[in-house]
Amino acid sequence: MESFTPLSAALGGSLIGLAAAVLWLGNGRLAGISGIFGQLLPPAQTVVWRLVFLVALVAGAWAASRLFPALGVGGVEPAALVPPPAAWGVPPPVWLIVAGLLIGFGTKIGNGCTSGHGVCGLARLSRRSAVAVAVFFGVAILTVTVTGIV
Amino acid sequence: MANLRPPYLATSALSGLLFGAGLYVSQMVDPLKVLRFLDFTAIPTGGWDPSLAFVIVPAILVMFIAVRIGRRRPAPLFDTEFHEPEYKRIDARLVGGAALFGVGWGMSGICPGPAIALLAFPPDGIWLFLAALVAGSYAGSLIVPSGHSKRLADAK
Repeated sequence: MESFTPLSAALGGSLIGLAAAVLWLGNGRLAGISGIFGQLLPPAQTVVWRLVFLVALVAGAWAASRLFPALGVGGVEPAALVPPPAAWGVPPPVWLIVAGLLIGFGTKIGNGCTSGHGVCGLARLSRRSAVAVAVFFGVAILTVTVTGIV
Repeated sequence: MANLRPPYLATSALSGLLFGAGLYVSQMVDPLKVLRFLDFTAIPTGGWDPSLAFVIVPAILVMFIAVRIGRRRPAPLFDTEFHEPEYKRIDARLVGGAALFGVGWGMSGICPGPAIALLAFPPDGIWLFLAALVAGSYAGSLIVPSGHSKRLADAK
């Protein structure tokens, strides 16, 4: 478990929780990224705050990577996507497109992702979110097992 | 429009900054680290990385406290109501959508937050991935009933 980083994980997780808390108590909005992002598409109703949030999200990741480069990827290590498992013989762009389509489509019809259902939904004790979290974690673990991508 | 006032937008910006910083500090911007959590086959060999659990649990706890505080208030600071989802039913769309998301997440190690945060230090392929994510989301919006009233009517 050489790559296990419980302290930075818990610190980062607390920051994510704080971000969700600020948006909820300030604006009464849930910090679900797929929702904030997905509702920029037509028929969009509230665009400005969503754009402000997303630009700030990128800025926050960038600023933290400049302040604490030693934490790893995005700092001293360049970020990289994971190539598809060689045994499958799928070209990387095709693999990426399929994954992106499934994530976009799935989070839209399922109304949430790791942040919306995972962080906010579980914190609200939502039964829908508990089911969604169990399903997407279970299926993702199964997918990693079947593809052997790691 | 309440949601164009400076305090409202400043709150959005502060939340986004904290969220992006949290994704970097926790290293959830690293798709390989996420996949190493999802790889339960590595548990017997000692190669499993449980970090993701150490990210999401504190995040939930902090938000849980905020939700408790919010329950005792009539409204958030800068809006007239808490926009809490009113749709409660566990249906095929929820389960199917979560399953499809799970496949894509397991294929890539990228969920929507990190997908966007990665633009701070963009790896090769991230724009293609985001374009696919937008296309998938748009396709989903065509089959999901849109609009609050329609969703609520559907829920009853």
